[in-house]
Amino acid sequence: MALADPQADTPLLDLLGGFIVELRAAGLPVSLTENLDAMEAVTHIPIEDREAFKYALGATLVKNYAHWKAFEIVFEVYFTLRGPEYELVGEGEASDGDPDGEQSSLPGEGQAQGGGGGGQSLTPEQLAEMLFKALMNGDGAMMTALARQAVKRFAGMEPGRPVGGTYYLYRTLRNLELDSMLDRLMESAQDQAPQPLTKFEERLERDEFADRIEKLKAEVEAEIRRRLVADRGVEAMARTLRKPLPEDVDFMHASREEMADLRKAIYPLTRKLAVRLARKRRHGRKGALDFRNTIRHSLSYGGVPAEPKFRFPRPAKPEMMVIADISGSVASFARFTLHLVYAISNQFSKVRSFVFIDGLDEVTKFFEGTEDIGHAVHRVNTEADVVWVDGHSDYGHAFDIFWERYGKDVGPKTTVLILGDARNNYHASQSWIIKEMQHKARKVFWLNPEPRAYWDTGDSIVGEYATHADGCYEVRNLRQLESFVEKLI
Amino acid sequence: MDNRFEDVAGVRGALAEANYLADDGIAGIVYLADRLGKPILVEGPAGTGKTQLAKSVAEMIGARLIRLQCYEGLDESKALYEWNYKKQLLRIQTEGGGSNWDEIEDDLFSEEFLLTRPLLEAIRAEDPVVLLIDEVDRVEVETEALLLEILSEYQVSIPELGTVKARQIPLVFLTSNATRELSEALKRRCLFLYIDYPDLEREREIVLNKVPGIDENLADQVARIVRSIRQLDLKKSPSVSETIDWARTLVLMGIDKVDAQTATETANILLKYRTDIDKAVKEFSEAPDGLDETES
Repeated sequence: MALADPQADTPLLDLLGGFIVELRAAGLPVSLTENLDAMEAVTHIPIEDREAFKYALGATLVKNYAHWKAFEIVFEVYFTLRGPEYELVGEGEASDGDPDGEQSSLPGEGQAQGGGGGGQSLTPEQLAEMLFKALMNGDGAMMTALARQAVKRFAGMEPGRPVGGTYYLYRTLRNLELDSMLDRLMESAQDQAPQPLTKFEERLERDEFADRIEKLKAEVEAEIRRRLVADRGVEAMARTLRKPLPEDVDFMHASREEMADLRKAIYPLTRKLAVRLARKRRHGRKGALDFRNTIRHSLSYGGVPAEPKFRFPRPAKPEMMVIADISGSVASFARFTLHLVYAISNQFSKVRSFVFIDGLDEVTKFFEGTEDIGHAVHRVNTEADVVWVDGHSDYGHAFDIFWERYGKDVGPKTTVLILGDARNNYHASQSWIIKEMQHKARKVFWLNPEPRAYWDTGDSIVGEYATHADGCYEVRNLRQLESFVEKLI
Repeated sequence: MDNRFEDVAGVRGALAEANYLADDGIAGIVYLADRLGKPILVEGPAGTGKTQLAKSVAEMIGARLIRLQCYEGLDESKALYEWNYKKQLLRIQTEGGGSNWDEIEDDLFSEEFLLTRPLLEAIRAEDPVVLLIDEVDRVEVETEALLLEILSEYQVSIPELGTVKARQIPLVFLTSNATRELSEALKRRCLFLYIDYPDLEREREIVLNKVPGIDENLADQVARIVRSIRQLDLKKSPSVSETIDWARTLVLMGIDKVDAQTATETANILLKYRTDIDKAVKEFSEAPDGLDETES
């Protein structure tokens, strides 16, 4: 790919300054020394070597891999091609100048088209056909060129239109019909194989093609971003692309993609937490003074208690009871919390879990004897019997059942964790149960995935429950969840 | 200081000669570390060649590798230096009551009685060295502070002796498995390099490179199968070293084409958890139609 030098219009250091400001705005903690390092680093690596340049900046500015994705997006926006061919000067004109420039830089393309003329004269069918071939052969350069073509044809981008990149992405991908493309690729792979593919080989082929299609999607996305940058300018674009870092993603409003990221983030988090907690338990705790032993040893100092003796530290492990609302919007929150609690369950002497909507069910057995917590959580969502009347949250009734069936198991060693937004659909609150529970249990905590500002608005009665609980916390993202769990032990 | 490398491509080529296949990111950061005189903090899943990178870099520039393996409870006397008190005692005894105390005291805290530990050794080395501080996330946060002086100033302060400055700035690698968040102070002083599982092409190259007698076809298959397995939601994805072990096994068994049965029978080399093996075996013996969700 030919690279225009952004230095041509903006001095590099200015560009870098803006870049770092944007990184900070996106939530990345960039310190002054790191800033200076980056400035020094770019003097050693030429900007033309884009990969190395990117990694050089990344190495000096991003010190947490979870932030890498955010960095990549900002990098792309700031140091991306900003040549004249990306300007959207009306669909017709842009298409005149553009494809020629691109094709001359991609020698392979002309032949592949078989003299079919410039990209513009291609029908959508021809484009699809070429795309199919490129995917089949894994021809990277061709795929890039076609991704550009596709964006130009299908995205329908107009200068100055205040529409987000996702809209264009959706439009382009819908026209490319990538789902049926995968099936076609598989069929053709079957045909080409000397003997029929076994299931196993088929699976591998499919993964390979899926991987190529993913790459194509990434190309399309990058192309759209490039064009948007050309249209709106760097700062505006970076602002619209700003996304929360994984640990700040709101449980209740996470998109499907963010959910997948969260699921990936939770495993290392639990591992980290488990190591840290185990360490905390082993260190820094001293038992109470062992009076008898101290006096016994004082005899050798003539009765002066010179050497205090302590009891062997045996911190009691708490018993956990988790009661989680798994209705609608709070379900994902409950899922993450259950996941986390079970991942560190060796920090507790016993963990029991209950889920409810308007009925309540114990789900401890799903977690017993399985190493796969994700699977157990999935079973909770599909198999637990939690609907009593209509499947709308009824905290009062759920607590009723809990107290009646399991109330006797709540003891002075039990920590009760209640998860939910306390949106009770105007049913009776039965908050006396929480009060009773608080008397019997060691601690009762309420975790609410809603922003604090929304508490006690509408049908939320979290305030009424919270008065009886030992603590009520806003837990909207992984960061808050992590810090709560650490406090808990 | 003089630079060890010409340019990024040079680093990459030289690493390849030392049998380490670097991608642009890795080569670029090693190059930059040399130019900026900064340590590299390498993070990533287990078994992706973090430690190997340091070893290969040492081999590449013909330097001695000094390794400090971190563990919980590591302290100054194990990492930096220690006074050889037995020898000091001996010195006092041989001297007897004859000479005056000041002389003995000066003498006792001289280099002769200093036991150097890896960090100090790296600083005092005359010959080129590469310092590897392995699994730095295992030490406590407080112990991390020990490293700060050496990582930013390349010097060690010994109260009795004064400050020992590095004669040359060594290349320093710190590796971490990210079991805990490292302190800001430490991160700030380092260049950060994340080594993830390699992509298909690189993994194939690695297998070809590290497994003698493997043909290209099999290497390609191995790399593709491993990639598919990594896409599953596993407790522990197969690492590069496990991939290599697996490829070696296949070669030893005289297999030139992996089919579903061989793959399931030898899955225990790639995967180390019962549940992971079950999951993979189930995935790969099932009809592929039910698998779309893992790919989308």
